[in-house]
Amino acid sequence: MLKLLDGPQTLGRGKIFWSCFLAVLAGALIYPLFADSYDVGNFAYFLIWIFMALGLCLMWGYGGMLSFGQTFFFGIAGYGYGVLAINMGGGTATIAALVLSVIIAMIAAGILGYFMIWGGISGIFFGIVTLSATLVLAFFLGQTAGPEWHIGPARLNGFNGMKGMDPLTVGSFDIEGAALYYLMIALIVIVYVALRMLVNSSIGNVIVATRENPQRAEMLGYDVRKYQLLTFVIGSGLAGLSGALYTSWGQFITPSSIGLPAAAMPIVWVAFSGRNDLTATLVGSFLLLFGFQTITVYSQQAALVLMGVLLLATVMLAPQGFVLGIGKLVVDWWTRRRRRDEAPALADASRLQSDET
Amino acid sequence: MALVDVKGVSKRFGGLTAVSDVDLTVSAGEVHCLIGPNGAGKSTLFKLIVGLYPPTTGSIFFDSVDITAERPYARVQRGMSIKMQAPSVFKELPVRQNIQIALQERLSGAECRTEEERLLALLNLAEDSGKLAGALSHGQQQWLEIGMALALQPQLLLLDEPTAGMSPEETYKTGELIKSFNAEGMTVLVVEHDMAFVRQVAQRITVLHLGKIFARGSLDAILEDEKVAEIYLGKTHAH
Repeated sequence: MLKLLDGPQTLGRGKIFWSCFLAVLAGALIYPLFADSYDVGNFAYFLIWIFMALGLCLMWGYGGMLSFGQTFFFGIAGYGYGVLAINMGGGTATIAALVLSVIIAMIAAGILGYFMIWGGISGIFFGIVTLSATLVLAFFLGQTAGPEWHIGPARLNGFNGMKGMDPLTVGSFDIEGAALYYLMIALIVIVYVALRMLVNSSIGNVIVATRENPQRAEMLGYDVRKYQLLTFVIGSGLAGLSGALYTSWGQFITPSSIGLPAAAMPIVWVAFSGRNDLTATLVGSFLLLFGFQTITVYSQQAALVLMGVLLLATVMLAPQGFVLGIGKLVVDWWTRRRRRDEAPALADASRLQSDET
Repeated sequence: MALVDVKGVSKRFGGLTAVSDVDLTVSAGEVHCLIGPNGAGKSTLFKLIVGLYPPTTGSIFFDSVDITAERPYARVQRGMSIKMQAPSVFKELPVRQNIQIALQERLSGAECRTEEERLLALLNLAEDSGKLAGALSHGQQQWLEIGMALALQPQLLLLDEPTAGMSPEETYKTGELIKSFNAEGMTVLVVEHDMAFVRQVAQRITVLHLGKIFARGSLDAILEDEKVAEIYLGKTHAH
């Protein structure tokens, strides 16, 4: 199983890569010991969005399905968490609310994905249909301000958004601040490692084969629709995980977290980072979220404009993504250096061998 | 015994009838060549057999089972495998991974790796196994696709112009490869223009013309057929 961590579908492998990975992880684990609680909370907030980015990377970069629907599933799970947490009475039940809301998002993805994929929708039309679903949900939730829009005691509240749900809680311990940060780190490691194993497995082989040439993949005996649906459900479920965690973090959710500007964000993160690689997406999305949040403190409009400029720059200058491009340059440089270092050593060895004979 | 039985199959694209009321039987264990001038409907008939096009009328049987309504992947799982006319490999993936994807349904672990190496050596692609498939020459891509089709160990191998873009030596080698697999019991249906190749491999020939069966029989009978010579081979070429 561990062999699947390194494979043809993921950049970065071997001792050096995993040593760097462990060093970064160790840094992340000791960070709360040195940082103040505000910064730790902020970092936890950035990390919440990483799942959505990784899900899109799986669907778009590996599966070839550009989904504009990440915030659709984010919203379903986010509102789902709120409704369930309020109705189930908070406390430890919030953990069940988190799990159930992600499952609901995955079921929704299964239904939407089934009709799209079995209906033969692909390419740009896949993006159009998922965007339409996202906009419909955002508009629908925006008009739920009246008191008649409630599920049990949970009111949807229209544009003002839903509030009043408990954060994730175990017994009487609220998972907030540093605890939430550590939960995020643990979940990201689990999701990242699981996705690496998935894309490097035989299932991952079929997922990328379907992206490359669905007809050829089918002519090798694979029902490509099932693999596409699996990819869509997993990717959308990860968006749902982001949504449920977001609601539990802030104890509110509004339709604006689903609408068009929000729906475009994951596309920018993943395109800028490099959609064809999980590590590039992980690193790039974190950097962008950090930069976006820093600029938003001064001007939200400026941050949005910067995102637009970055998307344009990516399309024009580095269609495969900036972070992935830089990563490949580093790998190429390292490989060339090693070959250069090995060449004289090999020459010496062969000279020694010929001297002995 | 018939492995493939095409009964009264027609395919219309709007006002164009590409295949018209075709009956074709491919017996188990034979190398059957489908020849005809450009536009005769050979590739369309291939795509009908493999399920890429649904027929307008008629039925297709594989191993006595009606597969007319089945999707291509289900037909492949029954034991068909196809090499398309234009190279249809996974161009952005390494050569080795192309072979792996074709093999992994049937084999796993050490067995899969052994078969992978055997096929790469057989296809003369061992040295290029790390290259992206799209970086191979046209002929090498043809070989790779043939290898992917063979990796499934099909009962019926469908080859649509397998030697296009190959040198005479490569063409001959492909013919010998097909004959060796046929000797092991694989049934092969080939569309081909190269008559030297057809002579090398064919045991039975069907001639298509304007979407209809024009003639069928043994290699010698077809080559002696004056009408076939007129529509396709050219009289001097036929004799």
